[in-house]
Amino acid sequence: MMTSPHTESTECAARGANAMRVKIVGAGVAGLTCAHAFAKRGAQVTIVERKAGTGQGCSWFAGGMLAPWCERESAEPIIAELGFESLDYWREAVPDVPREGSLVLAPARDLPELKRFSRRTEGYEWLDGAGIAALEPDLDGRFEQGLFFPTEAHLEPRKALAALTAKLVDEHQVKIRYEADGFESEQGAEDEIDLTVDCRGLAARDQLADLRGVKGEMLVLYSTEISLKRAVRMLHPRIPVYIVPRGDGHFMIGATSIENDERGRVTGRSMLELLSATYALHPAFGEAEIVEIGADVRPAFPDNLPRLRKRGNTIYVNGLYRHGFLAAPALARRAAEVAFDGAYFPEVMDEDHRQW
Amino acid sequence: MDAMTNNPGTLADPVEFYGTKVNSRLLLGTAQYPSPAILSEAIRASGAEIVTVSLRRESGAAKAGQSFWQLIRDLGVKVLPNTAGCKTVKEAVTTAEMARELFGTPWVKLEVIGEDDTLQPDVFGLVEAARILSRDGFEVFPYTTEDLVVAEKLIGAGCEVLMPWGAPIGSGRGLNNPYGLRSLRAHFPGVPLVVDAGVGVPSHAAAAMEMGYDAVLLNTAVAKAGDPVRMARAFARAIEAGREAVLADPMEVRDMAAPSTPVMGRAVLGQ
Repeated sequence: MMTSPHTESTECAARGANAMRVKIVGAGVAGLTCAHAFAKRGAQVTIVERKAGTGQGCSWFAGGMLAPWCERESAEPIIAELGFESLDYWREAVPDVPREGSLVLAPARDLPELKRFSRRTEGYEWLDGAGIAALEPDLDGRFEQGLFFPTEAHLEPRKALAALTAKLVDEHQVKIRYEADGFESEQGAEDEIDLTVDCRGLAARDQLADLRGVKGEMLVLYSTEISLKRAVRMLHPRIPVYIVPRGDGHFMIGATSIENDERGRVTGRSMLELLSATYALHPAFGEAEIVEIGADVRPAFPDNLPRLRKRGNTIYVNGLYRHGFLAAPALARRAAEVAFDGAYFPEVMDEDHRQW
Repeated sequence: MDAMTNNPGTLADPVEFYGTKVNSRLLLGTAQYPSPAILSEAIRASGAEIVTVSLRRESGAAKAGQSFWQLIRDLGVKVLPNTAGCKTVKEAVTTAEMARELFGTPWVKLEVIGEDDTLQPDVFGLVEAARILSRDGFEVFPYTTEDLVVAEKLIGAGCEVLMPWGAPIGSGRGLNNPYGLRSLRAHFPGVPLVVDAGVGVPSHAAAAMEMGYDAVLLNTAVAKAGDPVRMARAFARAIEAGREAVLADPMEVRDMAAPSTPVMGRAVLGQ
């Protein structure tokens, strides 16, 4: 094969007899972005996933907001830093990542929340009612003040991961084994692996004792009476909610954040809260069809920050908490550099969690 | 009283709840922090010896909140489980029973919420639930209003601590009814009184302590501060300052100026 400066060719050339053989366990957003990062570096990647498809764990229920500035309100600066890198990654890696910015609103009586939000972050402009209506005509006359973060974006997590999966298989020769747990002893299988990248989320609690689950509940609504171009956050002292347009009249509404690790069970109170916040954004949502409700458990470390941990020839990528799509690509790039270059990233590899 | 001979020091000035003495007069809630790690640091910085934990929502179907509760237990502080979010007597009683089983403590901060917008206590349900729980061996810390008659009934129901609100939960408005809070203090000189809810900034907490309150319970003001750890420390200092001030016997308020330096050499030296 001719050597050319083209990345794909270099990658293919590298993936020869001496290519690093990497097994990635878990095909959520962490596993798939890791597969991409390692494949781009020339590794021979196999993904092992216990479900029958990719992105069916908590990635399935993600909001898909790529909003590093907004997250800066409640998360540490490192999340925003990882977020900026990831935002660029997604816009290049998959189609349909509109950079429409995001909008943060509060009902009149919760305006102090909006002020508080603005004090904690940057990258926004204040809008008045006319400014809000210019961006989202359907919200005309409903809000007096808002914050607009023009550089942010959003994506549809399920479509994005499907596109990424196709890309991995078609362009990067990544193999995927479904309905396998990744730890079964196959004859000689382990000998053929140079490195395992464990991206199992909360299931990795057997190895990462300080992981905990934080439950999130969401719903999808369908309405033709209202359209939004961008993700909208509705602030409330107790029940902050976001609404992400998914196209074709679909809206994802999320997400609760509850300190427990039960999967799949959506409570009445949570739905009531999510729906009433959505209704407060626009009464048309009151007539919308409920298409889906769902819940899953996010993996989190005590400081709610993601971590890479290298133990022997396993790298653990975990603790993405509410920041799966926002942090995974940036972590994946770092994980590959740890493996290939012996790099060390204290911001995500420091074991000190401000321990309990 | 001779303050010199009494020599009250804040360190040796414990407050007693149901026979348990604690030195810190700051009780902290554990909700809404950016992360459990920051919560833990804030508690350490505050010196709080008692933290409240909510159970209603976190418990899920099968006590699924175990990992968070374990984190709380590991803090090594006393846990005061609460019934936050409960709206009926039955719900509050069930939650309290679960809390006793989970945390192995008879203590419960009893909340029965009557109104969603202000999270105002339903004082009728509160008294009823307090009676049921006290009879069942619980040591109840009722979250109430500053109403004297309700307070009487809570004492009658078996409560040995009262926790009147400063202002609605999470509002940060401080002490909405200083007169009412003062009357309550005067009315129940021997009952430990804790201002619970509505406290926004350390000066609110100091004011409650200066009124002679025994302790202050807060959550949002610390959890939602830009730097919760630093805010926790600020509250600890304010509460210590307020307590120290009470022990120091503050001066009386006067209508006229009273110069601290004698006005010598003036024509009028005062009437």
